[in-house]
Amino acid sequence: MDLLYKIFFDPFVQMGAAPDLLVQTLWEGLVAGVLYALIALGFVLIFKASGVFNFAQGIMVVFAALTLVGLHERGVPAYIALGLTIVVMFGLAVAIERVMLRPLVNQPDIILFMATFGLTYFLIGFGQLVFGGESKVMIANQLGLPRGAYDIKMLGGFVSFQKIDIAAAVIASLMVAALAVFFQKTRIGRALRAVADSHKAALSVGISLEQIWIVVWFAAGLVALTTGIMWGARSEVSFALEVIALKALPVLILGGFTSIPGAIVGGVIIGVGEKIGEFYWGPLFGSGIETWLAYVIALIFLLFRPQGLFGERLIERI
Amino acid sequence: MFYREAGQFKTSYSADMAVFPIPQDRVGLGIILFVAAVIIPYFGSAFLIQAVMIPFLIFSLAAIGLNLLTGYTGLLSLGTGAFMGVGAYACYKLTTYFPNVNILVWVIASGFFSAAVGAVFGLPSLRIKGFYLAVATLAAQFFLSWCFIRQPWFYNYNASGAIEVPTRRLFDIPITGATATPTTRYLVVLGIVIVMTWLASNLVHGRIGRMWMAVRDMDLAAELIGIRLLPTKLLAFAVSSFYCGVAGALLVFLWYGGAEPAVFDVNLSFFILFMVIIGGLGSLTGSFFGAALIFILPIVMRYIPPKFGIPVQAATVEHIQYMVIGGLIILFLILEPSGLARLWQIGKQKLRVWPFPY
Repeated sequence: MDLLYKIFFDPFVQMGAAPDLLVQTLWEGLVAGVLYALIALGFVLIFKASGVFNFAQGIMVVFAALTLVGLHERGVPAYIALGLTIVVMFGLAVAIERVMLRPLVNQPDIILFMATFGLTYFLIGFGQLVFGGESKVMIANQLGLPRGAYDIKMLGGFVSFQKIDIAAAVIASLMVAALAVFFQKTRIGRALRAVADSHKAALSVGISLEQIWIVVWFAAGLVALTTGIMWGARSEVSFALEVIALKALPVLILGGFTSIPGAIVGGVIIGVGEKIGEFYWGPLFGSGIETWLAYVIALIFLLFRPQGLFGERLIERI
Repeated sequence: MFYREAGQFKTSYSADMAVFPIPQDRVGLGIILFVAAVIIPYFGSAFLIQAVMIPFLIFSLAAIGLNLLTGYTGLLSLGTGAFMGVGAYACYKLTTYFPNVNILVWVIASGFFSAAVGAVFGLPSLRIKGFYLAVATLAAQFFLSWCFIRQPWFYNYNASGAIEVPTRRLFDIPITGATATPTTRYLVVLGIVIVMTWLASNLVHGRIGRMWMAVRDMDLAAELIGIRLLPTKLLAFAVSSFYCGVAGALLVFLWYGGAEPAVFDVNLSFFILFMVIIGGLGSLTGSFFGAALIFILPIVMRYIPPKFGIPVQAATVEHIQYMVIGGLIILFLILEPSGLARLWQIGKQKLRVWPFPY
């Protein structure tokens, strides 16, 4: 009885007693959610266009951020380093397509999934070999990202909004809007959707699979770079960031593997749910429940909608 | 040359359906078992037995477990590491509460705990499929890892947060703990692995194995021909987790001698999955091949460069190791997506028709 009281009553009393704290937690969750959504977006882009479950998205985030910081450390001015990193990500996309995807066309999904595991390992080794394994500070100032925080007085307390978080939210929304336009309105975007529907049919109407895959992996690389900058500015750039890929997976299944809006909504649900759960219910279970809470939230949703909130309904035939 | 089946006529259905239909295969298996059970314990160095053979066998067992689920039933699971952890911790708790019971009983019993946990986390598999299920099994991985770290009951409230293996005896010979010799531990592991592989082989060649494979090939069609999906899938989860649990208990009790929760993290799951994929989905032999390749490769890579007098820093070796493993995984997948087991079959076929391959 006491436990039930603690689970179902106490946290809400706390929320009511300190609304400013609640707003702060919600904001933190929202920002975390946006960043999860960005990673999930990278997954969705690649899954949509090639059916590959790209486990390497997390390490691509780290790799992009490391390249940017590493180039800057070697004396390249910040904006030129940014440009060069974009070139590197393009090179990576081309290399992945040539070396890995092309020979694996028409293999079962799980084989392609494993291949991206191989890619993950390769990039971990390669990144450490070139840029070193120690963690680095993201060059947020040099890139002109804002610093500091707005402290706003509300609900009988102060709520602090980090400027970098606001910037992250704005950039993420711009990016999603740009991607939506790209997918819906441009020629390549239509080709992408065609490839997503059926490789064979797309090939037969003259769409070049190779070109599409490079475009998609490059787009995922750009998303990775953005995520890397934002996430790196909040903490630091190190290989520990790789685990955020695992954090983005529940977002992915919650939103559906094939849906861009799903990634965003899923990200926000997971981010807010995780922070609220950890803050109000965490102490009951001995803290640290953040690591699995996201998965449990996603599982509960999945039981009702097995293809995610916005995923395409699976139709099976014999 | 010697691998011929000419002149071997099968006169009964059971002879035709035997797991090893050709006598040469049976002789080969006998030789392998002889080498494993007699030659290696007598002539192998302590290093070979302790650092190569014991972990190789344990990982093979775990790979067989995952292969039953992923290779035979087609359910992708990323929770193997956690299920191995359940086995290890169950064995630890059982032997703490009942120290006088033979440890081998607890190793096997811990498999049943793991099976129960596995079946619970397998429940979503009825509704969720493919990669959605893979991510759902990650829930098991993270939840169980969290339990091992945050719930002090699991590690008997000791300060380090790790579990220590006490000395336990079988016929008055210590087989776990610090005083057990590598050779005794090796023989115990070998015995368990052989028996469980034999059981797995019987399982997948029988009715249950066929049900699993029908579900793998198309679960809707399987349901239509009268296979009940939920029990079949749950059974696959339970049996798979049983194998993983026993492997986990062996890992801690007969190899590490103690373990931190970090041992059973998500990387272990990926590691076992590599073995299954590289070895060959849906092949028990493949599990052994995969375990050998994935486990022994890093060891070889650590010892080869110094032999040639190439001075490399330890950190660089580690980085290059990552790159090479990653590269090799991609290479193997490109060259033979069906895994090493398929290569083995091709090799046998070549031998069979040699020297006139028409």
